[in-house]
Amino acid sequence: MIRTEELLLNVGPQHPSTHGVFRIIVKLDGEVITEATPVIGYLHRGTEKLAENLTYTQVIPYTDRMDYVSAMTNNYVLCHAVETLMDLEIPERAEFLRLIVMELQRIASHLVWWGTYLLDIGAMSPFLYAFREREMIVNMFNELCGARLTYFYMRVGGVKWDAPEGWIDKVRDFIPYMREKLDEYEQLVSGNEIFLARVKGVGTYDAQSAIDFGLSGANLRSTGVKFDLRKDQPYSIYDRFDFDVPVQTAGDCYARYLVRFEEIKQSLRILEQAVEQFPEDGQIMAKVPRVIRPPEGEVYTRIESPRGEIGCHIVSKKKPQPYRLKFRRPSFVNLQILPKLLVGETMTNLVTILGGIDIVLGEVDG
Amino acid sequence: MNLLQDLTFSSFMWFLSGAVVLLAVVLGFVTYAIYFERKVIGWIQLRKGPNRVGPLGLFQTVADVLKLLLKEDTIPRNADRFLFILAPVIAFVPAFVVLATIPYTSLLQFADLNVGLLYYFALSSISTIGILLGGWASNNKYSLLGGMRSAAQMISYEVPLVMSVVGVVLLSGSLSLNTIVEGQAGGFWQWNILPQFVGFIIFIIAAVSELNRTPFDLPEAESELVAGYHVEYSGFRFAFFMLAEYVYVYAIAALTTVLFLGGWHSPLPFLDFIPAIVWFILKFLSIVFFLFWIRATLPRIRVDHLMSLGWKVLLPLALVNIFVTTIVIELIKYFK
Repeated sequence: MIRTEELLLNVGPQHPSTHGVFRIIVKLDGEVITEATPVIGYLHRGTEKLAENLTYTQVIPYTDRMDYVSAMTNNYVLCHAVETLMDLEIPERAEFLRLIVMELQRIASHLVWWGTYLLDIGAMSPFLYAFREREMIVNMFNELCGARLTYFYMRVGGVKWDAPEGWIDKVRDFIPYMREKLDEYEQLVSGNEIFLARVKGVGTYDAQSAIDFGLSGANLRSTGVKFDLRKDQPYSIYDRFDFDVPVQTAGDCYARYLVRFEEIKQSLRILEQAVEQFPEDGQIMAKVPRVIRPPEGEVYTRIESPRGEIGCHIVSKKKPQPYRLKFRRPSFVNLQILPKLLVGETMTNLVTILGGIDIVLGEVDG
Repeated sequence: MNLLQDLTFSSFMWFLSGAVVLLAVVLGFVTYAIYFERKVIGWIQLRKGPNRVGPLGLFQTVADVLKLLLKEDTIPRNADRFLFILAPVIAFVPAFVVLATIPYTSLLQFADLNVGLLYYFALSSISTIGILLGGWASNNKYSLLGGMRSAAQMISYEVPLVMSVVGVVLLSGSLSLNTIVEGQAGGFWQWNILPQFVGFIIFIIAAVSELNRTPFDLPEAESELVAGYHVEYSGFRFAFFMLAEYVYVYAIAALTTVLFLGGWHSPLPFLDFIPAIVWFILKFLSIVFFLFWIRATLPRIRVDHLMSLGWKVLLPLALVNIFVTTIVIELIKYFK
């Protein structure tokens, strides 16, 4: 007798396109997904619990390892929270250094996303092109703080290392170079018929469901909601710079692609201005006591990481260690919408949609 | 005919040694096609490609094949053992058999069948069964999906592939590959690529799809199906699938040269002093390069788009092409 059967397929945690150790169990009818159940936690390290026994400075390296593609913004969100609680004034030069590394990090992070996303879609070369440019940023970070992935660069009250001589000029030279390469990327990929057919109209959701699911970052802005914490709740010195918040209305994977692509350009614009206004000299650390004991109280700060709104909630009991530390991890929140998007899609679109959300498993699992 | 009576011992030995030479040539091609592909893609992707084993990495493929030979040959416990072992052979043998009809020059050809083209298509589609069997017999969900995709894909593209060459057949009035090349003598303006440009485009697209190469590498889509139909294959059985793929690259490149690029004929009459085989190899290699080049450039097409492209675009276009070609041929006859 001929009959059809539902196929229960386990995708991950070892699978080339789940970006690490994400696992999803899908029920397939032919190639069409009827149910999708994500399983997370393979990279869980208990950062928040560990933090309760660590001093604030000791927590910073743990933030490096959360969203390891964008460690600088993670450093910042913790330092920013502690500084807000302590009401610290950050030296000008430190603020500029922080802003420059965060924007470079945003570009590097989007480049990783761009390359791996196209790798998911089946184009191999863009990955290597993206990593060529990322390598330059990583090398700059290496010169600045001696690390290539987990930087541990920022401290409560400023940054650990001053920019070495000629470093700012390297950043300045990088901007036109990157612009030129972006044009190349656009030529190679953005107009490619096969690529457009793969991403247009795939994984569509509207603004309301994006808000309902708590999405942020490019996942939210692709639905037409203009929400970027750098503009809407300026932190650091973002209010001094002139830049746009890219928004698309279609809400599909292509819209998310365009938003991220445009964000690289806007980051370059910010960098251009920041490099021009960079103070000649000055302190890189504020006056901070040796043992950091923030006053008793609670604080929640949030910033715009490349993946969305990353937040840090600290409950302090005037001890060197936080009483409770909680991160709002954008990858984790953004991932929630995945099972809803996958129903009725094919296996091929699973990869496209998952890649389009842009998750980092270190951050999802915490 | 009187084949058996003509088959003396000496002619048998001629055929045998010819076949061995062809096998050596094809294996040599495969070895260096893989090397060349990795080099070309390496250059495009700003890498160096293989450069460690031997001078310039020339022995890289040899080392890889040796490694595959020495690997433990595993068969999954729940696999259908007989079919699992049979599948790579079924995929591989037709790839070699089709080479018999390729005319390299007017003299260098193994069998000048009067239905050479038909023979090629008939046999090459047997390989699909090998891939489907491999996907099924592995008893692995990813392999099964890969096998299913490949069956759907190859059926969808077999039809436009065959239809696209009907125009060429109409022009030359023969299915014999030798006659088709003879009809294209006298310079590049005589080549079939000009009057049959639409046919050529359809043929190339369908051929890439038949080869399961990027952008049509859905049966082994790495990012979705891990490796598709050959997930469970290891060692030399895996090598057989790889070998079949590259032998088909050889076959399709040779067939494209024969059908559309004038085979062994020189592009301009005054260049006739250059040996015919050189022209054949040059055209052949440019097609091979083209296949490698698009692999480095294009993303993978989606499986449902692939179906609609095959049935809704390529097939109607191929039919229109046949129709127009027929009318033009008849009109020319009428006015003469």
